[in-house]
Amino acid sequence: MSDTDDGADTLVVGGGLVGAALAWGLARLGERVTVIDEGDVALRASRGNFGLVWVQSKGDGMSEYARWTRQSADLWTDFADELEAASGVSPEYQKPGGLHFLLSEAALEAKRAQINRMHNVNGALGYGVELLDRKALDGIFPGLGPDVIAGSYSPHDGHASPLKLLRALHAGLAARGGRYVSDAKAQAVERDGSGFVVRTAKGSFRGGKVVLAAGHGNKWLGPSLGLNVPLIPEKGQILVTERIRPLLPMPTHVLRQTTEGTVMIGDSHEDTGYSTDSETPVLTRIARDAVRSFPALAGARIVRSWGAVRILSPDGCPIYQESESHPGAFSVNCHSGVTLAGAHALSLAPMLARGKLDSELDVFSSRRFADGSVTRAAH
Amino acid sequence: MVPSRARRIEEVRTISFEFEGLAVQAQEGDSVAAALTAAGIVDLRDSPVSGAPRGIYCMMGACFDCLVEIDGQPNRQACMCEVREGLVVRRQQGRAELEL
Amino acid sequence: MSARSVDLLVIGAGPAGIAAATEAAGLGLSVSVMDEQSRPGGQIYRGIETASPKRLAVLGKDYAAGRSLTESFRSSAAEYLPDTLVWNIGSDRSVDFSRGGRAQQMNPSAILVATGALERPMPIPGWTLPGVTTAGALQILLKSSGIVRDNCVLAGAGPLLWLVATQMIAAGARPAAIVENLPRGRIVAGLRHLPGALRAREYLFKGLAMIARVKAAGVPVYANATGLAIEGSTQAEAITFSSGGRQHRIETDAIALHQGVVPNQQITRLVGAEHRWDAAQACFHPVLDARFRTSADSIYVAGDGAAINGARPAALQGRLAALLIAEDQGRRVGTERIRRLQAGIARDKSVRPMLETIYAPAPEILAPADSTLICRCEEVTAGEIRSVVDLGAPGPNQIKSMLRAGMGPCQGRVCGLAVAQIIADRKGETPEETGYYRIRPPIKPITLAELAAYAPDEDAPRAASGDAAA
Repeated sequence: MSDTDDGADTLVVGGGLVGAALAWGLARLGERVTVIDEGDVALRASRGNFGLVWVQSKGDGMSEYARWTRQSADLWTDFADELEAASGVSPEYQKPGGLHFLLSEAALEAKRAQINRMHNVNGALGYGVELLDRKALDGIFPGLGPDVIAGSYSPHDGHASPLKLLRALHAGLAARGGRYVSDAKAQAVERDGSGFVVRTAKGSFRGGKVVLAAGHGNKWLGPSLGLNVPLIPEKGQILVTERIRPLLPMPTHVLRQTTEGTVMIGDSHEDTGYSTDSETPVLTRIARDAVRSFPALAGARIVRSWGAVRILSPDGCPIYQESESHPGAFSVNCHSGVTLAGAHALSLAPMLARGKLDSELDVFSSRRFADGSVTRAAH
Repeated sequence: MVPSRARRIEEVRTISFEFEGLAVQAQEGDSVAAALTAAGIVDLRDSPVSGAPRGIYCMMGACFDCLVEIDGQPNRQACMCEVREGLVVRRQQGRAELEL
Repeated sequence: MSARSVDLLVIGAGPAGIAAATEAAGLGLSVSVMDEQSRPGGQIYRGIETASPKRLAVLGKDYAAGRSLTESFRSSAAEYLPDTLVWNIGSDRSVDFSRGGRAQQMNPSAILVATGALERPMPIPGWTLPGVTTAGALQILLKSSGIVRDNCVLAGAGPLLWLVATQMIAAGARPAAIVENLPRGRIVAGLRHLPGALRAREYLFKGLAMIARVKAAGVPVYANATGLAIEGSTQAEAITFSSGGRQHRIETDAIALHQGVVPNQQITRLVGAEHRWDAAQACFHPVLDARFRTSADSIYVAGDGAAINGARPAALQGRLAALLIAEDQGRRVGTERIRRLQAGIARDKSVRPMLETIYAPAPEILAPADSTLICRCEEVTAGEIRSVVDLGAPGPNQIKSMLRAGMGPCQGRVCGLAVAQIIADRKGETPEETGYYRIRPPIKPITLAELAAYAPDEDAPRAASGDAAA
């Protein structure tokens, strides 16, 4: 319970996927990093992550987000390799492409319109998503239910284990001499000389810079540093099956088979505040949709369910921001902690190490919400 | 070693079922796990993690170690399933297999 | 298929559950009893309705006493739903259950959790090999099917170990050995509580008689054994240990482990009830008030699921809980009856301090070697758990996330206490501070098809609509 050490180069508040990716990214550049985290029971959106590295449909309405997502997906292969080498733990990244099922003509038309809108977001690289009719779907994804009329496929999509990723980041951080302190919920973050201090029940921690990566906690911690981030809780529930022999050839937006063989089934979007309870009516709806999309799963046993609260900004896009009143204090929020882990570790962390966000990230500032003109968009 | 032969201390009505293609005699009211134990069968499955063999452990539905395939359904708890005439039981070999 | 309402739902048809249901039904409450087994009695009276006279003689008179409990229960007005799995209790206390492959719902005014005990995990090298079971499993084979295993080695400690040994001897299947891992000095420490225990001296006499019978039958007893390990490649082949200053190796392919029993927490954890760590017994108890109420609204616990006391006090607790629940629901209940039941429970409990002192789990079982498997389902070792604690993982839920411990089909039933203890010891705190797995529905696996066909709030299965993405 000491008033601690000589201080880190950077304090990261939050040890979930976002905080851990940034912390490892900073540590690999030689920074001294301290991560302050809560205890065993906390909102912990990272534990509820579905595990998709997902490009398609991201950034409809904000092309910079589409590009940032694609950049992260492109980085993921190298990121996974380097992280495994550094930590001894594989995040189990695979990139077989990804599929979004379409179960109605209306859904098909909406998807077609979205693909048209997104056509130019990546310039010459293209958006890279194609519509597949049922016959083409059967060629790449046998076993779909009769209600699936079409699908959209992206070769840039893939998946990873969010839990192994988190463990790898923590192990990688430790291997680089980074410090991780759990059971230390941040109670206050303040200016301290030329740096910052985070006060916790386990003592006070100092750093030259501070990065708030505390999920919904940023909403409460940010204002004292002039960082006002509007965040909305959105519950997602997931069903998990017993271990099954390989059945799904690639991840989809609602079904994903892990390397262990379990099939994760989601997802729901619920406006139930900060509750993480499992609720039967939603679980039964998820089960019905899954059996409808992929009937062979009917015989699978559900071993667990999970509920977690996503971290959504009003437009569903990330918030990256440095405080104007407290330079050196940053706020980082997103709901795609796995997809963006590559960009966070290899692109954003170097900016934080330099102490300045690149101008390409200006668009992700929460100032975009200040005039109230931003409305909630697809995410 | 003196093998620990399992046996019954009394006889009641006998029924027959199949385990890995072999006929196994059971008694009415037995769980599949009990009947296999009485028949001297202790290796019921391979773990889906390491492939290591597993058998009965708690016999009360808590540990999920006695998983077998029963009439084509994978991962059934042998201790929680009563034997019926003609059941077809197989070792659970690792992960469940689902038919497309 | 709208959900039915009842005054009281009892989960578990062991002594506490069926005594409570019988009592509550007698007071005019509408009562349902759900139980996973096909016949009432729980594990302690497993097979009591179908046991032959020979089996009853082998199992002894305390077992046979269970028959009057099941008979009264069968003739009561309580509804009995065997072969029924409760897999969720919602925050509104709606109960989701599975029966005959079909998910259904019930809305009780009160829920009495009478789900009893589980055997404490006894992680030692080789404990997952075929041929290694719990001592309780041996007893269940005998009770439910009249099956015995010859030449079995019973290893561990606790009254059940001696009881199983005497029952095996009575059945003509003398165990090959008893390997008792009771640490030195425990008997002497326990004798401090002898005066109090004499209030329920019949338990003591029974215990001494069991030990005498085992020794008279010529079963070798290895006392104060340490370093227990099981050898074998595809099944158990031998057990090794130190005892009396020597290393021993007994070849056997049948080993039954026992290290006491602990409350089954799955349902009380599912409903988010408060639990307290019992340092002496190294287990969690749900926190109850004097009326058997947990901190979770409308949820009561009676029997060994609250704290280990054994079958007879469990039945008395069940009766008492039923009377108090009836009172809570506005019925008039005789105070004399309540007082008599309370006195009976107190008398039976008087033997516990002595038993608990003697048979507290051996320290080496609570601190397994790094290479020992702890989570049997996901095959996670003690060393892996410790290494992730060293990375900073604060508790069982983060350990579960990072290592999959407790994520398998048993949902942490077997490993939970061991995992909590290992983390707590590594962090230098108590398991009460460390906490426990968050238990989520379904508390036992059900098929996706069953869940998909379930429409608890509607008269007919809902037609799915729209894009699955929502």
